[in-house]
Amino acid sequence: MVSLTIDGRPVKVKKGTTILEACEFLGIDIPTFCHLKQLKAEGSCRMCVVEVEGARNLQISCATPCAEGMQVHTRTERVVSFRRLVIELLLANHDTNCFSCPATGRCKLYQYAMEYGVEHSRFAKYKPHHPKDESSEFFNYDPSKCILCRRCVRVCNNLQANHTLSLKNRGPDTWVGLPFDKLFKDSNCVSCGNCVSVCPTGALTAKAGKSYRIWEVTKTRTTCPYCGVGCQMDLLVKDGQVVGVEPAEGGANPGILCVKGKWAYHFVNHPDRLTTPLIRRDGELQPATWDEALDYVTQGIQKIKEESGPDAIAGFASARATNEENYLFMKMMRAAVGTNNVDHCARL
Amino acid sequence: MTNSIAEVVDADAVLVIGSNTTEAHPVIGAQIRQAVGRGAKLVVAEPREIPLAQDADIFLKIKPGTNIALLNGLMHVIIAEGLYDREYVENRTEGFAELQEVVEDYPPERVAEICGIDPEDLKAAARLYAKAEKAPIFYAMGVTQHSSGTAGVMSIANLALLCGKIGKYGCGVNPLRGQNNVQGACDMGCLPGDYTGYQKVANPEARAKFEKAWGVKLPEQPGLTVTEAVQAIEDGKVRCLYIMGENPLLSDPNLNHTEEMFKKLDFLIVQDIFLTETAELADVVLPAACFAEKDGTFTNTERRVQRIRRAVPAPGEARADWEIVQEVMLRLGYENQADSPEEILAEIASLTPSYGGISFDRLEREQPQWPCPSPDHPGTPILHVGRFSRGERALFKPAHYLPAAEQPDDEYPLILTTGRILYHYHTRTMTGRNEDLNRISGRSFVEINPADAAKWGIESGARVKVESRRGEVVVDALVTDRVDAGVIFMPFHFGDGAANRLTNDVLDPTAKIPEYKVCAARVERY
Repeated sequence: MVSLTIDGRPVKVKKGTTILEACEFLGIDIPTFCHLKQLKAEGSCRMCVVEVEGARNLQISCATPCAEGMQVHTRTERVVSFRRLVIELLLANHDTNCFSCPATGRCKLYQYAMEYGVEHSRFAKYKPHHPKDESSEFFNYDPSKCILCRRCVRVCNNLQANHTLSLKNRGPDTWVGLPFDKLFKDSNCVSCGNCVSVCPTGALTAKAGKSYRIWEVTKTRTTCPYCGVGCQMDLLVKDGQVVGVEPAEGGANPGILCVKGKWAYHFVNHPDRLTTPLIRRDGELQPATWDEALDYVTQGIQKIKEESGPDAIAGFASARATNEENYLFMKMMRAAVGTNNVDHCARL
Repeated sequence: MTNSIAEVVDADAVLVIGSNTTEAHPVIGAQIRQAVGRGAKLVVAEPREIPLAQDADIFLKIKPGTNIALLNGLMHVIIAEGLYDREYVENRTEGFAELQEVVEDYPPERVAEICGIDPEDLKAAARLYAKAEKAPIFYAMGVTQHSSGTAGVMSIANLALLCGKIGKYGCGVNPLRGQNNVQGACDMGCLPGDYTGYQKVANPEARAKFEKAWGVKLPEQPGLTVTEAVQAIEDGKVRCLYIMGENPLLSDPNLNHTEEMFKKLDFLIVQDIFLTETAELADVVLPAACFAEKDGTFTNTERRVQRIRRAVPAPGEARADWEIVQEVMLRLGYENQADSPEEILAEIASLTPSYGGISFDRLEREQPQWPCPSPDHPGTPILHVGRFSRGERALFKPAHYLPAAEQPDDEYPLILTTGRILYHYHTRTMTGRNEDLNRISGRSFVEINPADAAKWGIESGARVKVESRRGEVVVDALVTDRVDAGVIFMPFHFGDGAANRLTNDVLDPTAKIPEYKVCAARVERY
């Protein structure tokens, strides 16, 4: 263990803990752009700098390990003025048309500019922007909103391990692009959307992103309904409708999702959803009340049970439904119908 | 899975067989690729050049239906070269002599011939796997959906045991379960011979326990599987089906036959979120809530129990499946005490040792993997550490390679194999309602090798008729060397051009799983 003080508060942490992690533990807020906690520190955005007594320069808290006796200050005048400079440099080349940006409200550049009182940049715009790429079915890429934090590049290469996005060129010409300047739709992109999920600004945004503002939605932690991996995710809900999905960190998923988990939520609100019980009358399925339908079901089961015994009835449970529902279905077949003819689609 | 998903990132070598991981389980596929990025070696054995094949150090492009020959071949090399874990075999297994006798018949040259691979690749793969300290095996329906599926799974277990790779971190035998809660549905006793937690119906003690808890006399004879139940409709033994959240009229093999059977039913009840192909035939349809509209738990492929939570109201009068079943039970004269998912889970925990320590309250803080017998038990990330369920020693179950039930011949010269694609899920009930996904992939297709395409004058994009002894469909052709000559591939997702009109409904004798992965077929221009 290592003992240190942060903003005058003593704290003991495991060896190897970064200053940023120690701050998180104490509940001290440190601004970051490039930090992705699932991956090794990148240390490129310089927004997380703190002052360490005795050190000549400001230290990046995401990549500096805590040391014995260290005295850290997270919000000195020197720190604040440095962070302002970082924001100004990023703003210089940023398209600040925030009214029409889907990221308004969740954009970290916007949030920090407000917090640090930066209303405009002293620096001139210094490079032209690469054209937008709106070729993906699911998201848009607007390089004029990119702050080169590389979160998208790292999630694509190191977590999704798909190697679609990379930094191109050097120095002031650096930008995030695809091999041979391809469009997303012509590349090896698998539309997992993890780059969109981690983008701190409006550079990579869901096509449906303009349908809500972040303050209008509630988040509900749940488990993906598709394959057996069991990824954890948050449903974004506005006015009783699912309007988006964000990955969460779970035992099975390191903060990433696939194309189905991230984007294929439209079925929830789809107009084809069944909304009323149906009973076949005169050869056609026709709407019925729950009472009618449930009586019809039980009378049908009872009639066949009386005529042919309980084993003339079989029940298929569902690998899509919950444990509790499957348990109850199994119990119904065995305890209420009286047959062991219960199975599900594990084999199919 | 015997082990946990996250362990794969630390692996030294990974063996993937019969799993198109990056498409069917993309987030595990991504973690396998992370492992490769960190230097792990990757062996992929598959009839198609799946995306993961491009990341593989050794890609064994085997003929469909030859898994067991391949696995026996790997074991042959490992024994012949003395690469197996002698200490583990001696102390933790039984039946090594029988295994040795069987795999003796599978020298690399013979296996290479059966599987259509290079014997040197087989040897190299065997050495890679045996020598690696941490080496998980991942497999899926490419191993199980064969008339010899059970023997295929046993052969994988034999290989892992032989190399001392069960009960250890970063190793194990890891089946990738297809559906979000297929593990949970099995755990919950939705199996004809099992109550929850695999307590056997045939075991009088288990039956007495459930009779006491439920306060009723329970039937003694194990029931019918899905596939057997459909067959039993034919002779009038099964007259009524109650189907909750399944679409067998697209997912069953030999669909034309299944459809005929369903039409013979006296009473069909379907409970679902959409009017599926199956619901269209029903006598009564009950509208259900989807995952976003209810509370409950799912159990994933690594046995981890996780919550789902109600985020939005169900549409119209739709109700959660548990509420509907509860109502039906009441009307059948059975009153449940538990009246919410939380209370139902408590009832499950009280009757199921492996779920004994799992509750809604605990799941707010952590998501343990079963077995988790008590509230203070941490859960079990790795099975069989130091002990197997049958005792201290595991038993080798060697099996000989048996060709698939239906082989290509003059009339049907091609092997048809089926599987999933990244952009759709199972019968597309959910993904088919997403127009973005449909624009990327909205129609059924057949992959065919350029040599075969030339033989039958087929171009990419052309409409072709694919036929088997059981049916015919018309789909788009995709000419590609992803499949070898003599093999064609179709996704099974699509209702129009349904691959399962063609597939063979012959079953594995033990697991009763159909042989979706191999049947004889022919193609022609349409």
